[in-house]
Amino acid sequence: MKLSAIIREMGFEVVAGKDYPDRTITHGYVSDLLSDVIANARVNDLWITLQGHPNIVAVASMKELGGIILANNRKPEVQTIQKAEEEGIPILLSALSAFEVVGRLWDLGISGSTKNAEKI
Amino acid sequence: MLKRYRADCHIHTCLSPCGDSGMVPEAIIRKGKEKGIDIMGISDHNATENISEVQKAGRRECITVIGGMEITSKEEVHVLSLFDDEAALKDIQKLVYDNLPGINEQKLYGYQCCVDESGYITTINQHLLIGATTLSVETIVNSVHDLNGIAIAAHVDREAFSVIGQLGFIPATLQFDALEISPECNYRDFIRESSAKQTGITRYRIVSFSDAHTPGEIGKRCTIFLCEQPTVKSIKEALKEEERVTLCDDTYV
Repeated sequence: MKLSAIIREMGFEVVAGKDYPDRTITHGYVSDLLSDVIANARVNDLWITLQGHPNIVAVASMKELGGIILANNRKPEVQTIQKAEEEGIPILLSALSAFEVVGRLWDLGISGSTKNAEKI
Repeated sequence: MLKRYRADCHIHTCLSPCGDSGMVPEAIIRKGKEKGIDIMGISDHNATENISEVQKAGRRECITVIGGMEITSKEEVHVLSLFDDEAALKDIQKLVYDNLPGINEQKLYGYQCCVDESGYITTINQHLLIGATTLSVETIVNSVHDLNGIAIAAHVDREAFSVIGQLGFIPATLQFDALEISPECNYRDFIRESSAKQTGITRYRIVSFSDAHTPGEIGKRCTIFLCEQPTVKSIKEALKEEERVTLCDDTYV
């Protein structure tokens, strides 16, 4: 699904990366431990987190993630938005909890990206 | 002249919800004496109330007690802060309480006892000390420095509540005075593994303290500083030179 369509369906507020080319998203990852995201997220994942520290942009950029969603009304720091604009990483805000965000994304056809999900 | 000080600067008292009820001033100092510690740092979670009583007990046994606090940032990073100045402790405490939401539920999280030297409970701290402040890790480190304190990233080898676990790597903008590894962490293994992951640790000096929550853990790991005085100011100077900072397990006493 195109990111623009996801944003429209979910009603996310876009605070960074508005002007970057649209991308197709198929999977997502949820974690507030950035060390875990570095270890386990996959390229083009949509990442749902509560962390608004500038390091989220570095991690998303390094892992080539598709975008970052801050759940539960969390707001990113000013430097985070600046860095995200520089790096071309979309940051989307939602008033919904992480659980709600994931549930609704799943309904839209966005699934998890864990390697072993099919086997469990 | 430089002197050798054996320091355990990360010790919790019964004020921390996770601190053992036996962590009262006289017991802490007694253990410090037994372990040959010269400098003890008292660093409860987000609170400072028990420091002056430990300092009183310390003076009688000629152990220097440095006041500090293990502050939880909004990213849930633990920052070990240490200060020479009583006024600075008051200021940092005010900043933390002004930005620490919640009331403690002692049956769930543990008792938070303010005690006198012998361990008699004087008051119960009602703040949610186990919680996180709404302050960013950068704000905390800068505030500590503004008050002439030192800011150490606590137990960076652990996943939980460490700057590396929470934030993946240490942001270049963060001016920690040192990184702390926990007593069970092997220094060489940590450096090798962490350097390979490019977590940014090579920019910093490494120290190690016990992070004691029970009397038995006090002095389990210490750092030996070559300092002029047993003060935060002198420790800050020592941290600038590699040969003035040595880690030490209690098995080598």
